[in-house]
Amino acid sequence: MRNGQQTPMKVGLFIPCYVDQFYPQLGIATYQLLEKLGVRADFPRQQTCCGQPMANTGCEQDAKPVYRHFARTFAGYDYVVAPSGSCVYHVRKHYDVVEQTPEVQRVRQSTYDLFDFITSVLGVTELPGRFPHKVGLHLSCHGQRGLHQANESEMTPVRDGQLSRLLRSVDGLALTELNRNDECCGFGGTFCITEEAVSARMGQDRVQDHLQNGTEVLTGGDMSCLMHLEGIVRRRQLPMRVLHAAEIFNAALAQPSKPVSTFVPGAVVAL
Amino acid sequence: MNHPQRAAVFTSDAERTTWHDETLWFVRQKRDKAVYAIPEFQQLRQLASDIKEHTLSRLDEYLEQFERNAQANGVQVHWAADAAEHNRIVLGIMRGVGATSLVKSKSMLTEECHLNPFLVQNGIAVVDTDLGERIVQLREEAPSHLVLPAIHLKKEDVGETFHLHLGTPKGEKDPQALTEAARLHLREKFLVGQVAITGVNFAIAETGAVVVCTNEGNADLGVNLAQVHIACMGLEKLIPRTADLGVFTRLLARSATGQPVTTYTSHFAKPAPGRQIHIVIVDNGRTRQLGRPDFRASLKCIRCGACMNTCPVYRRSGGHSYDFTVPGPIGAILSPNIDLHQHSSLPFASTLCGSCTDVCPVKIDIHTQLYKWRQLIAQANELPAAKKWGMKLLSSVLARPGVYRFGGKVAREGLRLLPHGLTHATAFNPWAKARELPEAPKQSFREWFEQQSSIPTGQA
Repeated sequence: MRNGQQTPMKVGLFIPCYVDQFYPQLGIATYQLLEKLGVRADFPRQQTCCGQPMANTGCEQDAKPVYRHFARTFAGYDYVVAPSGSCVYHVRKHYDVVEQTPEVQRVRQSTYDLFDFITSVLGVTELPGRFPHKVGLHLSCHGQRGLHQANESEMTPVRDGQLSRLLRSVDGLALTELNRNDECCGFGGTFCITEEAVSARMGQDRVQDHLQNGTEVLTGGDMSCLMHLEGIVRRRQLPMRVLHAAEIFNAALAQPSKPVSTFVPGAVVAL
Repeated sequence: MNHPQRAAVFTSDAERTTWHDETLWFVRQKRDKAVYAIPEFQQLRQLASDIKEHTLSRLDEYLEQFERNAQANGVQVHWAADAAEHNRIVLGIMRGVGATSLVKSKSMLTEECHLNPFLVQNGIAVVDTDLGERIVQLREEAPSHLVLPAIHLKKEDVGETFHLHLGTPKGEKDPQALTEAARLHLREKFLVGQVAITGVNFAIAETGAVVVCTNEGNADLGVNLAQVHIACMGLEKLIPRTADLGVFTRLLARSATGQPVTTYTSHFAKPAPGRQIHIVIVDNGRTRQLGRPDFRASLKCIRCGACMNTCPVYRRSGGHSYDFTVPGPIGAILSPNIDLHQHSSLPFASTLCGSCTDVCPVKIDIHTQLYKWRQLIAQANELPAAKKWGMKLLSSVLARPGVYRFGGKVAREGLRLLPHGLTHATAFNPWAKARELPEAPKQSFREWFEQQSSIPTGQA
């Protein structure tokens, strides 16, 4: 993949709309984590949203201008990286309804979930740093079943995935063994409002699984699921913190105990 | 009522919801164990999907081949364009032989056609002989699951029903005793049944035979005791060859209940001397679905129910919340084809988590079809007004960075400054019924980013 030229890859950071507005600390953690891994990401300020909320509600036609805007905004980058498997899945899978200009095709191919980017593109499989907590990983469906970032219990009993590997590599971090490893949390976009009763119940059941099995810090790769779960944790005043995995890694890497060895900073990745 | 309303009623009984969820999750886990034990399971799924896809691509030829072979076997074949015609045909056969009593083993098609009430109106005594079906029949309810029709009921509920209808002692809830009571009750019905109806799991084009899979043996008992057997099938039940059958029988029971195979896999080809076999082949909207490129794959369904057992929404809302013969994810992609307006809330009764697609033994892309139905429902102007206009507004904001930026700031400030009781008022914020809203920060990410003056900015 790498051709050895020293032109740094151009990485555009996509911070999903609700993260930008309500979880800026996740945007900051993502930016800083990438920086610690040798990637200076750009944040194109014209960006808004991937269009998923409208499309999942059936309003794909209304969302088309948002798709085109996204593609235009990120056209100049080698990679688009977002701390949300769900948005990435949407761009990759559902941008097929607008004209497939070279720009749109390129953006669809080069948009990555943060941990997929770290693992597959940067080739980083271990992260140094220390985080001595019992961490419960919520596998978000679009990253797992959509982007195949983790094994699925429908297919295999082996529980493995990009994010669980990265988390396990952090010193002192213990992962919770859950009763149901990959059940949906019930967020589901506008589902969380229109099917409020079932959505809330699904979230409560997920949180209960973590609570029962000793999770101190509930984490995941998708802030939308975590926003929903955090809403339940806070409503019930449960002894559990909710952090996106980028926040964990960024905190753990505050003082790197060993250099990140598997990645050559500044190496360009051929598309 | 729509799905969310019916689901809210279901979840309001938290304990029963837990029980329902755990019971079906147990079945899902049994399925997993059976699946993990077969190394070639994913290949089998692909093969089954390919066979069905092929069959659907030349369904007309296979149907005619099937009819020819069945007729050569001495079977009478009937074609029904819709439910009403199906029901008329069944009644006609019964009247033709002067029968007034019918035993029926499990058939979702006859549920779909609402055959029972039609026959009862016409003076026919109908008894469902599958245990679960009999329970819901006595209660005058619809089945809530394809394979486990009475899964919404606890043993106490069954005890109550049997006390009322079969005279079991009040408060009896021992499954063994209740099953024994049902067995004795059904045995009497079997003995007097003049006509037996079965569903069809698979119809084999090259032989003209039909295959019926059950666990209770009730189909066999009914058919062998009655003079006339009527097998009712949707036209998508075809498979080309007997050799293809093994692929499906290996998948069906494992996906449905985690069994290696159903207890009975019965082949019906030729009527015994002096007896009759009729096969009623029903369309009832299936060719219309076949003509929809995005949705035709839904006709590959072999009715195993795995998508229900795995669906986190189904497990917590119950089969009746779908108000359609086939509930759960597969029902949510079949029902809009029948009546888009009536079932417009069903494709939205999903988080699109994709688990249904991953358990489907014939690889129907269920969650993708749910997404596509949503688009058609919006285009048909069937979205609730708030959703429709809300999404239009959101789209127009999100296509304009300046407006988005301003709107985001207003929302954050509002959330910060307004009292909690107002922002979390459940009358207009359903989110807040069970959840806190995120704590709104002073600064958005982009505002933070701009502050980092030393950092080169992007392509703004």
